[in-house]
Amino acid sequence: MKTDIQSQIEADRSVGDFRYDVDYAYDAGVGLSEATIDYICDVKKDPDWVRAFRKEAYRKFLAMPMPTHWATKDLENIVFENIRYYLSQGQAPKRTWEEVPEDVKRTFERLGIPEQERKFLAGVEAQFDSEAAYSNIKAAVGEQGVIFVGSAEGLKDHPEIFKKWFGKVIPTGDNKFSALNSAVFSGGSFIYVPPGVKVSHPLQAYFRINAQNFGQFERTLIIADEGAEVTYMEGCTAPKFETATLHSAVVELVALKGAKIQYITVQNWSSNVFNLVTKRGLAHEDAEIKWIDCNIGSRLTMKYPGVIMKGRRARGEVVSIALAGDGQHQDTGAKMVHAADETTSNIISKSISLGTGRSTYRGMVHIPKHLKKCKNNTECDALLINAESRTDTYPAITVRGQGHSVQHEASVSQINAEQIFYMQQRGLSEAAAMSLAVNGFVNDLVQQFPMEYSVELKRLIDLEMEGSVG
Amino acid sequence: MSTLSICNLHASIGDKPILRGLTLEIPKGQVHAIMGKNGSGKSTLAKVMAGHPDYTVTSGDVLLDGESILAMEPDQRARLGLFLAFQYPMEIPGVTIANFIRAAVQSRLPQGEELEATDYYADLYSKMDALSIPRAFTSRSVNEGFSGGEKKRCEILQMAMLQPKYAVLDETDSGLDIDALKIVSSGVNALRSPEVGMLVITHYQRLLDYIIPDKVHVMAEGKIVLSGEKDLALKLESEGYDWVTAS
Ligand SMILES: Nc1ncnc2c1ncn2[C@@H]1O[C@H](COP(=O)(O)OP(=O)(O)O)[C@@H](O)[C@H]1O
Ligand SMILES: [Mg+2]
Repeated sequence: MKTDIQSQIEADRSVGDFRYDVDYAYDAGVGLSEATIDYICDVKKDPDWVRAFRKEAYRKFLAMPMPTHWATKDLENIVFENIRYYLSQGQAPKRTWEEVPEDVKRTFERLGIPEQERKFLAGVEAQFDSEAAYSNIKAAVGEQGVIFVGSAEGLKDHPEIFKKWFGKVIPTGDNKFSALNSAVFSGGSFIYVPPGVKVSHPLQAYFRINAQNFGQFERTLIIADEGAEVTYMEGCTAPKFETATLHSAVVELVALKGAKIQYITVQNWSSNVFNLVTKRGLAHEDAEIKWIDCNIGSRLTMKYPGVIMKGRRARGEVVSIALAGDGQHQDTGAKMVHAADETTSNIISKSISLGTGRSTYRGMVHIPKHLKKCKNNTECDALLINAESRTDTYPAITVRGQGHSVQHEASVSQINAEQIFYMQQRGLSEAAAMSLAVNGFVNDLVQQFPMEYSVELKRLIDLEMEGSVG
Repeated sequence: MSTLSICNLHASIGDKPILRGLTLEIPKGQVHAIMGKNGSGKSTLAKVMAGHPDYTVTSGDVLLDGESILAMEPDQRARLGLFLAFQYPMEIPGVTIANFIRAAVQSRLPQGEELEATDYYADLYSKMDALSIPRAFTSRSVNEGFSGGEKKRCEILQMAMLQPKYAVLDETDSGLDIDALKIVSSGVNALRSPEVGMLVITHYQRLLDYIIPDKVHVMAEGKIVLSGEKDLALKLESEGYDWVTAS
């Protein structure tokens, strides 16, 4: 039975399900070869070192097997020959809102980016397809000496900082998909925050896929110099496509001595997207890196944000929410590498599986023998909504040596029928009761997201729950 | 027609019959009390009326203002005006009282109409004050880590906010000290009106000193075995239940 509320919400859902015709000025065609990479380099006018970097990465990508010995066999269904590796509007990043093309603005509008966020657009780096169609550094941020540009601009205009850290946190051959990204990357952000500068506004980026069979391979590098602080937020909504789409980003963070970086992601991919992302940060002495991550949608997401705590007293944190809808697989977790004394890591992960959805938690915590006084806390909680929903947990905690403090808690729960009855007795429909219970389950984590994201998140959860009941 | 009528109701859990031909009529404006030993089926009656999915009604009917509610979902019954204050209220982790009650109030509004937040909070706060519930409570998760007394007060708060036509209070007095009992009772009394019918389930006469019932019924083995005026409660208190069931 379909209630009016449901059809209203379904109509709402279609908001993200549309495409405008965009005149793609450059198109690398389908499939991947050395020629594709040369094409990308030529179009982007990459310096020689980038061309060499891409080609070496491409060779690694070819040589590396699919990681199906530990990951899902579904990866074998990615047909690399059918993917389009580069599309562009052939535009340089825009400076002002007025200069942004009307159809791009319309896209933002249809996505329902709230008015108050549009105000924020003055300080926003928004990626439209593979090029940043809009990029405007807020005056105040610029005055503080903060560099906030597209990665293509970053590598050309700030090679001295860019080259120093690019590919250093996540080596090209870290995994097959980081190699692929390194070969064909385009788009993404480059941010440098000078020593002692605390960026008061979160820097934001909107990513969107807008072409069929379009692979998106953005590359983001954020460097917070000594004592600097910055928060970066990215959010995605993708239109629905008929054929599989691959999204494979690489994000590298570098927090120098005493710096703080917070990286916030809310993703809602359509259910044909393979979202295979490598995110890692390098925290120097007394630095802090925190990943706040929410994964909704996609066919398969594999993402394990990590922090390498390289300096004494460095701190790493991953807070993640995953929602695996019917037929979806959220394979997420965290990697914490302790590489100095008195380093602290914290992992809090909550997952929700509904219908035939599956959520997998993989957590790697590594504390080697020679270190002293390291701490890790890991909590992972899974909530199963339907009888066929599934969850698995693979914690790999290797702690050697003495005087460390390690805590690990895991739970799997189901929504209690008595709770639902209690809420229904107050007038809530079964679906509304489910939504409320699920929102309650993740509430403590949702509160760590900025206001506009937590509202959006709640709405996304409501949408997912509507479909899973009755 | 302005009654909550339970007609010859039979209900089972699995194949175990618990309600065995229970008949009771609660007109609007009246408060009826049901007393009975533990296990006599009082909570079962409350849950069957509210539509708990574990119970099967094998025969009989429940009519709310003349309309049978047995085919309705629990939430439909609730929106029609039936409220149950639970003997054991459920905890809902991560959902604040304010948000929970708000969602419940919102569910009663016509589609497309949004609850006005300032009005809602004004209403909520005044009703919390009347029940001596501190403001800080609104941001606590529903029933999580509440004392017995806090849970019961929170049930009455919900009832006050939702303004039911018929309210069933299942052992709302159990676990309350005398001060809490007075607060809860005055909260319930404040909701008495010619527009509301109440069924107060209790094990002890004590509650009926504060909530004076119009009628008292004794339940045993799934049916009403004796009905009388409020002095029946006093007799039950002094002489126990055995003389009722023995007769
Ligand atoms: N879920 C259940 N499964 C089996 N028997 C139950 C269940 N709930 C209640 N009962 C039985 O039904 C009878 C009535 O219980 P209940 O309605 O809770 O009584 P009261 O509220 O009067 O103490 C008792 O014998 C009890 O054991
Ligand atoms: Mg009972």
